[in-house]
Amino acid sequence: MAETVAGPAHDGADTVPEFPMPRASRCPFDPPPGLKELQEQGPLAKVRLWDGSEPWLVTRYAEQRAVLGDPRASADTDQPGYPTKASAEAGEGKLSFIMMDDPEHARLRRMVTAPFAIRKVEALRPAVQRIVDGLIDDMLAGPGPVDLVEAFALPIPSLVICELLGVPYDDHAMFQDNTRTMVRTTATPEERGAATREIAGYLAGQIARRLTDPKDDLLSGIAGRVAAGELTHGQATEMALLLLIAGHETTANMITLGTAALLEHPDQLALLRDTDDPKLVASAVEELLRYLHITHLGRRRAVTEDIEIAGQVIRAGEGVIMVNEIGNRDPEVFEDPDRLDITRDARRHVAFGFGVHQCLGQPLARMELQVVYGTLYRRIPTLRLACALEDVKFKHDAFIYGIHELPVAW
Amino acid sequence: MKVELEADKCVASGQCVVAAMDVFDQDDDGIAILLTEQIGDDQLDDVKEAVAVCPAAAIRLVQA
Repeated sequence: MAETVAGPAHDGADTVPEFPMPRASRCPFDPPPGLKELQEQGPLAKVRLWDGSEPWLVTRYAEQRAVLGDPRASADTDQPGYPTKASAEAGEGKLSFIMMDDPEHARLRRMVTAPFAIRKVEALRPAVQRIVDGLIDDMLAGPGPVDLVEAFALPIPSLVICELLGVPYDDHAMFQDNTRTMVRTTATPEERGAATREIAGYLAGQIARRLTDPKDDLLSGIAGRVAAGELTHGQATEMALLLLIAGHETTANMITLGTAALLEHPDQLALLRDTDDPKLVASAVEELLRYLHITHLGRRRAVTEDIEIAGQVIRAGEGVIMVNEIGNRDPEVFEDPDRLDITRDARRHVAFGFGVHQCLGQPLARMELQVVYGTLYRRIPTLRLACALEDVKFKHDAFIYGIHELPVAW
Repeated sequence: MKVELEADKCVASGQCVVAAMDVFDQDDDGIAILLTEQIGDDQLDDVKEAVAVCPAAAIRLVQA
């Protein structure tokens, strides 16, 4: 199982290994073997990035949480030493508060926390159930095989975010078309730019309309902040765009990766399909969040003051990368970590990160995944891959890991 | 045991509510609030879970 896609990650103890690393070719659901090796060697290792810089990689759960919870580890991409993901990211505009530190980060984040409160998210559950059931009805009405990404996984977050933001039903098609282009990896930069501009313009218009005619939705909440002088129109639009993008590909890729992983683990799939216990469904969601991983490039920080982690001083101006997928496979925290077991208590995973930047939309993501995993396999019990797993194209090169196309039949 | 919550640290992840619904709730902005400070033995495991999963380290358990 140690055969890798593009050769060994590093060739000797003296060489600093490159990051990101390739996964083993037949193990698309497991972390790269090179990362597991680093984890076995110790809690910290230096890695080399695309630009030749050598930040620290934090390999273990406890140390990852310690860094992500430390205010001296900055999320500001302009800080010296910040480990950028690619040349495109350096010099790109900041995407609202996820690339800021407190207190400005906290000020902006708190403006949009309300709709993600547990009760508000629970109130959306019937609407999400209707969306999921409707998409399954459409799939079953047509001929198979279908691409689960296009027919199911992407429309769900798109329609849910419409619901949450308060996008009128008549605008759903325009909204979905443009968001699909924005997240499609095969779209040209021009196509993606045009789609982003159209959505941003649309969101700005909707926010402006709510300044005079507020409704009970998230865009009205943001418009209220503009009216109160707490946000500029530009900041408001950027924030709406962040909420739109952050909840999209992430959820969609968890839906397809989760389905592919379950189809490869028929015993686990059977447990989930045959239960009517919402607690087991919730437990399956936590375990799939632990076992899988979409943020494969890691959460990244720049250290602004010297900090000591596992006996090692990380100097101000050095970068740190926390790859949560190996934190979630830390044998100190999760017994037999490489086994998918939907009955285990996986709630302490760091799939949503940790610290003040932990995913804002996690209650919504959890609820969406509970509805999806709790419905799809019950309604289509004969669901199967319509190609060999080896032929499924995984998103090894994308910012968010996942699956390009998942042909399924029943 | 007694629960302490530093609400100004809270980042509204809602994880404490999921872990221990009888002890924690959220205000209109999603910020955690304590429903009770004193907890019984039967609530201890849930509150320990809430302490462990709180991303902002805003919850503490202290001897009453």
